Amino acid sequence: MAKTLEIRWHGRGGQGAKTAALLLADVAFNTGKYVQGFPEYGPERMGAPITAYNRISDEPIRVHSNIYDPEYVVVVDETLLTAVDVTAGLKEDGAIIINSEKAGEELRPLLNGYKGKIYTIDARKISIAALGKYFPNMPMLASIVKVAHVMDENDFLDEMQGSFKHKFASKPEVIEGNMQALRMALQEVK
Amino acid sequence: MSERVTEKYTDQSRWQDLTVACDIYLPGTSAEFRTGDWRTDMPIWDAEKCKQCLLCTPACPDSSIPVTEGKRLDFDYDHCKGCGICAQVCPFGAITMVKEEK
Amino acid sequence: MAIRERLSGNEAVAIAMRQINPDVMPAFPITPSTEIPQYFSAFVANGQVDTEFIPVESEHSAMSAAVGASAAGARVLTATSSCGMALMWEELYVAASNRLPIALALVNRALSGPININADHSDSMGARDSGWIQIYSENNQEAYDNFVQAFRIAENEKVLLPIMICQDGFITSHAVENISLLEDDVVKNFVGEYQPKHYLLDDKSMAVGAYATPGFYMEAKKAQAEAMKNAKQVILDVAKEFKAISGREYGLFETYQLEDAECAIVIINSAAGTAKDAVDRLRAQGKKVGLLKIRVFRPFPAEEMAEALKHCKAIAVMDRSEGFNSQGGPVCAEVKSALYGCEEKPLIVNYIYGLGGRDVRVENIEEVYAALEEIVAKGKVEDDYRYLSLRD
Repeated sequence: MAKTLEIRWHGRGGQGAKTAALLLADVAFNTGKYVQGFPEYGPERMGAPITAYNRISDEPIRVHSNIYDPEYVVVVDETLLTAVDVTAGLKEDGAIIINSEKAGEELRPLLNGYKGKIYTIDARKISIAALGKYFPNMPMLASIVKVAHVMDENDFLDEMQGSFKHKFASKPEVIEGNMQALRMALQEVK
Repeated sequence: MSERVTEKYTDQSRWQDLTVACDIYLPGTSAEFRTGDWRTDMPIWDAEKCKQCLLCTPACPDSSIPVTEGKRLDFDYDHCKGCGICAQVCPFGAITMVKEEK
Repeated sequence: MAIRERLSGNEAVAIAMRQINPDVMPAFPITPSTEIPQYFSAFVANGQVDTEFIPVESEHSAMSAAVGASAAGARVLTATSSCGMALMWEELYVAASNRLPIALALVNRALSGPININADHSDSMGARDSGWIQIYSENNQEAYDNFVQAFRIAENEKVLLPIMICQDGFITSHAVENISLLEDDVVKNFVGEYQPKHYLLDDKSMAVGAYATPGFYMEAKKAQAEAMKNAKQVILDVAKEFKAISGREYGLFETYQLEDAECAIVIINSAAGTAKDAVDRLRAQGKKVGLLKIRVFRPFPAEEMAEALKHCKAIAVMDRSEGFNSQGGPVCAEVKSALYGCEEKPLIVNYIYGLGGRDVRVENIEEVYAALEEIVAKGKVEDDYRYLSLRD
């Protein structure tokens, strides 16, 4: 069977984890891949833990289940580390990316014995600096694109520029801030 | 399938001969259904006693008292069911109900 | 030229609707189908379609308006889910028995209760005997393709029945996946103009919805039942034409590794894709397993299915809804009845699975195949009515 990259997102309702997963599906699609982007749905509850998923493959994707053994996990909200078993099934040769001002190793004690790579990105700082508001999903999107080598970073930025022009056609003033958030995240994730 | 329902639709019609969804492709086809057959008593109109007050006409539940140029005509026996309401409402005794001989 | 896109199942269906450009769409929102009228009303607002969009006050009204508009001569479609379709119940029968070729995008969702918004087939399975053609879709591509084919089937003179195109709520309706779209004019030419033979807005008078006494009712029902039988060939004919414009092949059902399979499962909608991955894993271990995915549930392709399945030693029929008849789900009852006439019958076990959005993993389907192997080894089915992934 073809190798399929599986990514799981953990966020809280309203933080844009679902949107980020759909955008990741978009950018991977634009590199010619087969993609899936889907949230695990329940009633709309602002602040409740939510999960979203991505599959990216060179072959058509047929499976329609949630993802239990991901290569990558993206944690959009640091407070989830103590609320949800974010590393459940996460492959040791994969990686977890956490929105935190801390370094990865400082967070390892919270990860239930997980031994793989930990990346962190201070999405709050970036978002406030670039957008003046806290929208963590753009920095997280840029981080997973970089860490999982989904596509070339410059191609990614070009792609997002085009996508924002479409998405924010009625409020073009927010495009540059979002682009700045992506650029900063690509620099700062580690 | 039959276009002209009332000519071909009988209780002997095969399923193949019914119109789609039993739709009816003509207006006012109830006129072709002779409810007059249901009658046991029939009204008799006495034109001599009738003052043409037309109280009977709107009382008829089956529109079986035809009116032309402001005057009622004899009963439409194809559709009159013999209910006798007209005889009840006539103030002049111009309508009497009699047993119908078939 | 096909258009390479990535869309959710709901977006894909909405685009098919835009390309069809129907005359009327009455709709009322309900999760998870809400996005379909939402996207479509944007197409209306943007002038991309000439459709009369009617924001009705309930699903009962949605289907009532659909019935009225269709009888008037319009090409009509709508979308709903779960309790929304339950509220349409009365009108589903009115639409079918009045032989009105309405198309409904059904995004399958569990019926209450306990109240739940996720996928299972209790909505469409409950309506299986309402006289609607039912076509199921594994993914966004199939939901789109099936919808493009819908009116060609429903409006065929030998058929004249309403049609529902089903896909799994959230699992495919809200999942963005790759899809190949047809160009607008290709769909437009394929679907063609709707030219009903009789309709209320015609110059000639007609009456719709006439009362039928016991002397006529049975003949009317027989005519309706024959129309459903006729639909089978029409579905195949339309699929053939669709292949010519899309390159994609559709039948009454799809078989996967079934020809030499000893153990097979019969399944509907999104879990079929997951099951294909399970088949590949087991085939790699040398196991003779296969599957049959039902596309057309109404009319039920009994003879064809019996022919495709009769060589198997054991079959698991997967039901994503309860039947509450105390002996299994509705799909299993139909498959068993299809195989009854075969001289050599496979052993059959029924699995109720995925209710209310319970996730279906490749591993879960592998468990089913393992159970089938055990059944073959024992030569009998000990408990033929089971639940998959149930805590007990």
